[in-house]
Amino acid sequence: MEVLIQQVVSGLATGGIYASLALALVMIYQATDVVNFAQGEMAMFSTYLAWSLLHAGVPYWLTFCATLIIAFVGGLLIERVVIRPVENAPILAIVIVSIGLLVILNSVAGWIYSYIQKPFPSPFPSEPIQIGNIVFGAHDLGAIGITLVILSLLFLFFRYTTLGLAMRAAAQNPISSRLCGIRVSWMLALGWGLAATFGAVAGMMVAPIVFLDPNMMGGIQIYAFAAATVGGFTSPPGAVVGGLLVGVTENLVGTYVPFIGTELKLTVALAMIIIVLLVRPSGLFGRTIVGRV
Amino acid sequence: MDHEGGAAATAAKARVARAAGEREATRAGGYLGVGALVLALAIACALPFTMSGFRLFQFTQVFTYAIALLGLNILTGYNGQISIGHGAFYAVGAYTTAIMIDKWDIAYGWTIPTAGLICLVVGFLFGRPALRLEGLYLALATFSLALAVPQILKYFEHWTGGSQGIVLSKPKAPFGMRLTEDQWLYFLTLAVTVVLFVLAYNLLRGRTGRAIVAIRDNHIAAEAMGINNSLYKSVVFGVSAAYTGIAGALSALAIAFVAPDSFNIFLSITLLTGIVIGGLATISGAIFGALFIQFVPNWAQDISKAAPWAIFGVFLILCMYVMPNGIAGFLRLVWIRMTRPAVPRGEVR
Repeated sequence: MEVLIQQVVSGLATGGIYASLALALVMIYQATDVVNFAQGEMAMFSTYLAWSLLHAGVPYWLTFCATLIIAFVGGLLIERVVIRPVENAPILAIVIVSIGLLVILNSVAGWIYSYIQKPFPSPFPSEPIQIGNIVFGAHDLGAIGITLVILSLLFLFFRYTTLGLAMRAAAQNPISSRLCGIRVSWMLALGWGLAATFGAVAGMMVAPIVFLDPNMMGGIQIYAFAAATVGGFTSPPGAVVGGLLVGVTENLVGTYVPFIGTELKLTVALAMIIIVLLVRPSGLFGRTIVGRV
Repeated sequence: MDHEGGAAATAAKARVARAAGEREATRAGGYLGVGALVLALAIACALPFTMSGFRLFQFTQVFTYAIALLGLNILTGYNGQISIGHGAFYAVGAYTTAIMIDKWDIAYGWTIPTAGLICLVVGFLFGRPALRLEGLYLALATFSLALAVPQILKYFEHWTGGSQGIVLSKPKAPFGMRLTEDQWLYFLTLAVTVVLFVLAYNLLRGRTGRAIVAIRDNHIAAEAMGINNSLYKSVVFGVSAAYTGIAGALSALAIAFVAPDSFNIFLSITLLTGIVIGGLATISGAIFGALFIQFVPNWAQDISKAAPWAIFGVFLILCMYVMPNGIAGFLRLVWIRMTRPAVPRGEVR
């Protein structure tokens, strides 16, 4: 029983990280109907920038905030410069451009920072917190906490601000929104900026666990895809629930299903994606999209 | 009145003349195409006697890639099903050959069609559920497949030799031909490439090809015209996987070694880059794309270890902006510009 609870708790912790990246994917999907294959690499790149700042002696939380701002501006610029020209192109063109972005970011990071793994500090104390017989890693708890804070902020932003309303409107019905005076194209850019920010959070939370290297996001991204698929690509709270579910499932399956262990973890994520897409393509919380003939 | 009639007649005459000119140009293009093809084949046959060793191996790889790219292009370019995971089928083909030779001592000649058959079945089976996945979701599922492949290969250690991989020996030329191993492999690959390209040309040019393209352009209209969408789409997936599997088998023979980490996500992205740069929905594009993905990284490697990928990425994005039909589309455009008859002055278009 204790093992079970222990596994669930650590599953929730990694799930929190998947949730942040999944949240980023969902943000972009909602704003632009695009799945951003470069999301993980954008997060990785932001984390490297954070590492550079820390290396230059900037205190952690200042670095954290600065990185979020840089990531926001970076995401905005990427949308304006790289994605905008293919905004109305077929899906294939957009997928290809985002794959192009993925390899560019990956190789530029390798070029600048080399492929050697770097340690990345955690802002939370290193000694674990013990409640009863169950041990919580302070970093894990912190990661969950930060994810929840971000989700609440996001909810407040979309629910109670005019800008949030405008973004939702632009995503749902671009033509009517434009007639109402909303600058739809800029709303999309804003969506990319926000997504890059969540990605940066995910990157800085995961780097202390997996170490910093240009390929660190490969595995995380497949889990984030799984999380977004499980929760539904159209629902931000769904992405968070999906992330936690994927994290817990990954840990439980790894512990209790003997032939899977840790070696087939990525395959578990793949199986989850395919099963959800087949059984319930809109995910647990997503709305079904009806196409008009 | 008379004047107007005269003008109309002149315009009509000019139009007829232009149509004839265009037909002429197309026919000339056809002759030129056949000429270029014969020349290219002649050069391809002469290559192994002018260069040796590593260079020749690189050209063997070019043809291997060309087969894989053609397979992916049938699926993504012609049929519109986005796959970012074709490296997985490449891996299945390569491992089929490697395991058959290593474990059961089967003659390598048999392993190539077997790899194709197995991939045909696997692709068809993967294509069945993929039917329900529209564009983006299919891209997602195949991307995840590509990410998971190395892990799966390492897991079945008993068959695949785990992360150590399997070492093979290069096949010798049969019938006492006086060819080195590299030369024989080159000719074998070239022959398979020619056969598969002719097959693909025949598949895509007729009724089947039109159905495949119709599904891409408007699947509802295609269905309404009596095309069995789901059957076509899953068969195309199977055929595409078979081409890629055969390419994988040939590459396993040429490299004489397979290991899980060479079939990572970047292999799949390389293949995608190849069809985009060569030209989506073109047959000749597969050759241009193969030349690109084989030689550009080699040159770029001199700049930095990371440079090939940066260049791939930049080319991918630029291609989408300025030449969405890749090198093949660009060449066709140049040819049309050059041979288009001049438009007579004063004609109303």
